[in-house]
Amino acid sequence: MEHLLDFLSLSDPNVRYVVIGSILLAASSAIVGTFTLLKKKALVGDAVAHSVLPGVCLAFLLSGVKNPLYLIIGAFATGWLSLVLIDYITHKSKIKEDTAIGLILSVFFGIGILMLTVIQKSGNAAQSGLDHFLFGQAASLIGKDLIVFSSIAVILIAAIWLFFKEFALIAFDENFAHSIGFPVRALELVLTTLTVLAVVAGIQAIGVVLMAAMLITPAAAARFWTDKLKVMIWLAAGLGAFSGLVGAYISYVAPAMPTGPWIVMVISIIAVLSFFLAPRKGILFRFFTQRKFQNQMLEENILKLFYQLGETEGSYYQSRSMAEIIARRPFQIARLKKGLKNLYKQGFLKTSAKGWAYTRAGKRKGQRITKLHRLWELYLTEYLRIAPDHVHEDAETIEHIITPELERRLEEKLRFPTLDPHQSEIPYRKL
Amino acid sequence: MIHQVENPVVELHDITVSYNRKPVLWDIDLTLPHAAIIGIIGPNGAGKSTLVKSMMGLVEISSGYVKMFDQDLEQVRSRVSYVPQKESVDWDFPASVTDVVLMGRYGKLGLFTRPRKADKEVALECLRQVDMQDYANRQISQLSGGQQQRVFLARALAQEADLYFMDEPFAGVDAATERAIINLMKTMSKQGKTVVVVHHDLQSAQEYFDWVVLLNLRLIASGPADQVLTPELLQETYGGKLTLLAEVGALLTKKEFPSREKG
Repeated sequence: MEHLLDFLSLSDPNVRYVVIGSILLAASSAIVGTFTLLKKKALVGDAVAHSVLPGVCLAFLLSGVKNPLYLIIGAFATGWLSLVLIDYITHKSKIKEDTAIGLILSVFFGIGILMLTVIQKSGNAAQSGLDHFLFGQAASLIGKDLIVFSSIAVILIAAIWLFFKEFALIAFDENFAHSIGFPVRALELVLTTLTVLAVVAGIQAIGVVLMAAMLITPAAAARFWTDKLKVMIWLAAGLGAFSGLVGAYISYVAPAMPTGPWIVMVISIIAVLSFFLAPRKGILFRFFTQRKFQNQMLEENILKLFYQLGETEGSYYQSRSMAEIIARRPFQIARLKKGLKNLYKQGFLKTSAKGWAYTRAGKRKGQRITKLHRLWELYLTEYLRIAPDHVHEDAETIEHIITPELERRLEEKLRFPTLDPHQSEIPYRKL
Repeated sequence: MIHQVENPVVELHDITVSYNRKPVLWDIDLTLPHAAIIGIIGPNGAGKSTLVKSMMGLVEISSGYVKMFDQDLEQVRSRVSYVPQKESVDWDFPASVTDVVLMGRYGKLGLFTRPRKADKEVALECLRQVDMQDYANRQISQLSGGQQQRVFLARALAQEADLYFMDEPFAGVDAATERAIINLMKTMSKQGKTVVVVHHDLQSAQEYFDWVVLLNLRLIASGPADQVLTPELLQETYGGKLTLLAEVGALLTKKEFPSREKG
């Protein structure tokens, strides 16, 4: 707790730098990643992330120092090379893109690990900390490193702001972009370059192994909450920044701990929560909507049944026991009880010692559902030429979703018929 | 039956297009008249969409050239509008109807300029012309097939072009939308605009088009609809398979032989 307060107060200048750096990096890669996601290039991002490792090692081998600028140039070079090779293999051979991505990713990463091992065994004192590029170490984002990596992050954000309209267009409709004379190839080149840069910017704080997650996961989580591109970008940036902040904190309290996995854990939890909780698209929301419909159908079916019983006996407002109801239609007892209780609460049924009976509103509703059922059966037999003995099942569902507007059109189209295909009377409301 | 016109809006000179070395269009040579609704008609796989794409520079041409308004496309791009097949894009993209229609203004705006208020008003007016003004803020993922097509048309209208290429605008739309689209095209051609439509329904061809191009890997006919839509020419387009042409094409692919010497 004490740690947390210390951390949040940003009193230590080193903490301040690490926090600013982590937030900037995570947010900028999330912003670029939004377009990577929309262009359906998520896997390419992963390949690039793994492919920068040999570049980092090579830059170190050649220069002998851990200068962030050299390392970035090296990382950028092999990251780019991997993209060129994927593109070349996909277009010039029978190998499909997913295979090409898998090949390049593993070959480049393998070479990277090989070189890293050689460097570590070489006994060069300057190499200590190079392995942080594998899983990230946010705490090392200070001094020159911070300035270099943060500058890249700022460049990325500025570039996306500048190219927003163009990137959105080529992500949505490339052919159209071509047709109005936009330089699609050049724009794609810029976007690809930004993707590589975003990966490069993140390697110190997050590491090459998990960098792809920082590109894609914030955007994927944000997509659940919004249908607006601008909101999606801001949200992805915010979620990315938050996980970056958590990563920086972990790095502060446990300096030996790699930060990348923690940052990715946080953003993944956010993504999973979005998957379950988001309105409309989330699993929970859909579950509850389904249940709402199930209950609505149950309640309307009970009211319809009361109407049918009333029809048979000529008295609509009589009390009915549960046994009487089940004898006519085999409801599940628990479901039936729940439905009756709900209908009572809503004022469509009243209770007495003898059971349950219609209120006026209840009868009106039960009558309407019966009417819709019979109208729909008639519509199916008359307009779709479906045999009368095949229409009942269909009407059982449709009766629950017909709106008053459709109801009116149905009545007019069928010219207010009096009998359904089974010769039951279609009950209209008496005015 | 290939009519050439004086002062054509589009001129194709001996176009050949190949995919993976296999020619899909052979030596297409035709001219199209101004202010007409023109149908490109032929069976599946006849190369109709490819022909339109080659005119728009979206696929590479192995030989020949295309002129519009007697110039290269590059010089007259702002006067030409292209409506891709609606299946060619992902309608789950996070954008509203207005966002998509505004893309029609991008050609005029150029790079790095954001749409201005005037562009938004043009977009709204175009939505009104396709009767979609009530959907301006709707997410595109919530649209029906017919509504998607109307949005694409509104985007094309927002380009304020003189020549329109539409790839299968009638595919997968409801009857009301089909009616609305053809009425719109008639209005456009009265205003002197030319609309070139890829179409596969023979029933409606006579009624919809002033000019018809019959295509099946090669050009069969190009001319006024009533002269081209004859049983003999349709038989030639849809009937007897050109097995020899197809086999030569297959041979070129198999042997990786270039369809043109320079290719």
